[in-house]
Amino acid sequence: MKRLFVLFSLLACWLTLAIGCKKNDSEPQTELRFVVPSNFPEAVYKFENNTVGQAGFELGRHLFFEDALSIDNSVNCGTCHQQFAAFANLDHSVSHGVNDCFGTRNAPPLFNLAWQKEFMWDGGVNHIEVSGLNALVDPCEMANSLDNITSTLSKKQPYPDLFKKAFGTPEINSQRIFRALTQFTAMMVSATSKYDKHIRKEVGGEFTAAEQAGYILFRDKCSKCHSEPLFTDLSYRSNGLDQDPKENGREKISRQASDQGKFKVPSLRNVELTRPYMHDGRFFSLEDVLEHYNSGVMDHINLDPELKKDPVRGIALSKTEQQQIISFLKTLTDNEFIRDKRFAEL
Amino acid sequence: MSLTSMMRSAGLALLCLAAISCKKDADPQTSGTGNVNFEFEHRVGTQALQMNTQTYTNANGDDFKVTGFKYYVSNVTLVKTDGSKTKIPESYLLIDAADAASRLQKLEKIPAGDYTSVEFVIGVDEPRNFAGAQTGALDPSKGMFWTWNTGYIFLKFEGTSSKSTQPSNQLFFHVGGAKEPANAVRSVSLALPVALRVRTDTEPDMHFIVDIAALFKGKTNISFASISGFHGGANGILVADNYVNGLFKVDHIHN
Repeated sequence: MKRLFVLFSLLACWLTLAIGCKKNDSEPQTELRFVVPSNFPEAVYKFENNTVGQAGFELGRHLFFEDALSIDNSVNCGTCHQQFAAFANLDHSVSHGVNDCFGTRNAPPLFNLAWQKEFMWDGGVNHIEVSGLNALVDPCEMANSLDNITSTLSKKQPYPDLFKKAFGTPEINSQRIFRALTQFTAMMVSATSKYDKHIRKEVGGEFTAAEQAGYILFRDKCSKCHSEPLFTDLSYRSNGLDQDPKENGREKISRQASDQGKFKVPSLRNVELTRPYMHDGRFFSLEDVLEHYNSGVMDHINLDPELKKDPVRGIALSKTEQQQIISFLKTLTDNEFIRDKRFAEL
Repeated sequence: MSLTSMMRSAGLALLCLAAISCKKDADPQTSGTGNVNFEFEHRVGTQALQMNTQTYTNANGDDFKVTGFKYYVSNVTLVKTDGSKTKIPESYLLIDAADAASRLQKLEKIPAGDYTSVEFVIGVDEPRNFAGAQTGALDPSKGMFWTWNTGYIFLKFEGTSSKSTQPSNQLFFHVGGAKEPANAVRSVSLALPVALRVRTDTEPDMHFIVDIAALFKGKTNISFASISGFHGGANGILVADNYVNGLFKVDHIHN
């Protein structure tokens, strides 16, 4: 009888263990936490129906660096969004897609996307989850189709396993692809620059005299559009690049003449790393950009009122002031972000 | 147990089951749920739609052929005589005139009852245009989603006309957009010729006639010489304001 009891206990133990293991297998993936930095506002993206988890994030990372997303296996998202350039495309004015095709706009850096309500230079994309769609299908970028991508990934290991881990079943559809990519990209938060440490009074946040002088100038002359803490007010404006712009910009989306030639105000976080600058990547240095505001602003019909306040168009800045502002802008470089192994190429 | 007694027991059990299910079905008009089939038949005016080959004439007198016709019907709501409404959750139907299977759409789990009108959105409601990655009929792979100005194409008419100023005399009317000033979301409410009887044990058909000629007449007669191709915007509004009256009609119901 006693032996029987032991046997039963053992059996019960084993069963519990077995059930426990099985349960663990089908349990929802471990949750990764999206943390809003203390000096940031609430995020726009709430991860609704797309709770971020380790498996979804890792799948997103695989997809982000997957050449098979392009029609000829030649490029991936990371080709034009390089981590060392804060996920912009260093030294490329416009992006270089498949078949040696060049796009028309400068690849934007990727960080703090969860705070954006609209995407692209003209704001034509209204949700982070579909922000990668155009790059996948544009003939000058990855030139693929969603049907082809889903069927390719279904036959390519480790994707069926990764989708099963992330979503419970190995089924692959565009919604799952976009949600996984979003888990990866929305987690790219850049908030550990020297500036952030300065604001949060953390170690390493002490400004030099030049940085402090630059910060005061910046707040006076630049922050109306490049407002803290995101360093953009997410609006669309003309900064007088051309009198007669080649591109209509925001007007293409809003269909309002008053938006002709306007583009989204880019964030200045990591700006030291993301050259070249402007929607068409025409300026290759921060010195060129500041000199544009000082002396190069053209009288475009929709020129922003902020650039018309002074008797002379633009923002008068001496060479010393320009250098001080650049010193400050370099405090926006987030070295921890660009070295964060979670976002590194696989 | 002998075979006969087993059969007897089985028979009894069956009888019991029958009795239970009879009881459950006592008032099939008000209890349970049923399915309804929406059937879409495409015409141009009074003529049947024959894609690619048949030449038609619009209200402006312009010739045209139809090479493609796709549209969304969404947010389907059935209305009873007393005015009470049943909105069918997640009802997003994508109908492609060139795809026979898509012309017959099954709507499931509709509360039993007698319905006298149907309401729906032609296209996709505003919120879903701003809700991120979708699946099923709303999957962007269906070719009814703008990638450069994200949002759904609600209705896509493609064809040719000798009056068109486009390359190869093409016509492309892509109506969509859920943002002012070019919000093309339109809703219709259609009276049914007889009550639609939704029951647990039958599957009635609602037969729609979809008249493509309605795109080009009504509020604004469309001249293909002046409007031959667009992706949303003001021209889409002209066409949406036309088709909201006359594109759909419930021709008959098979209860």
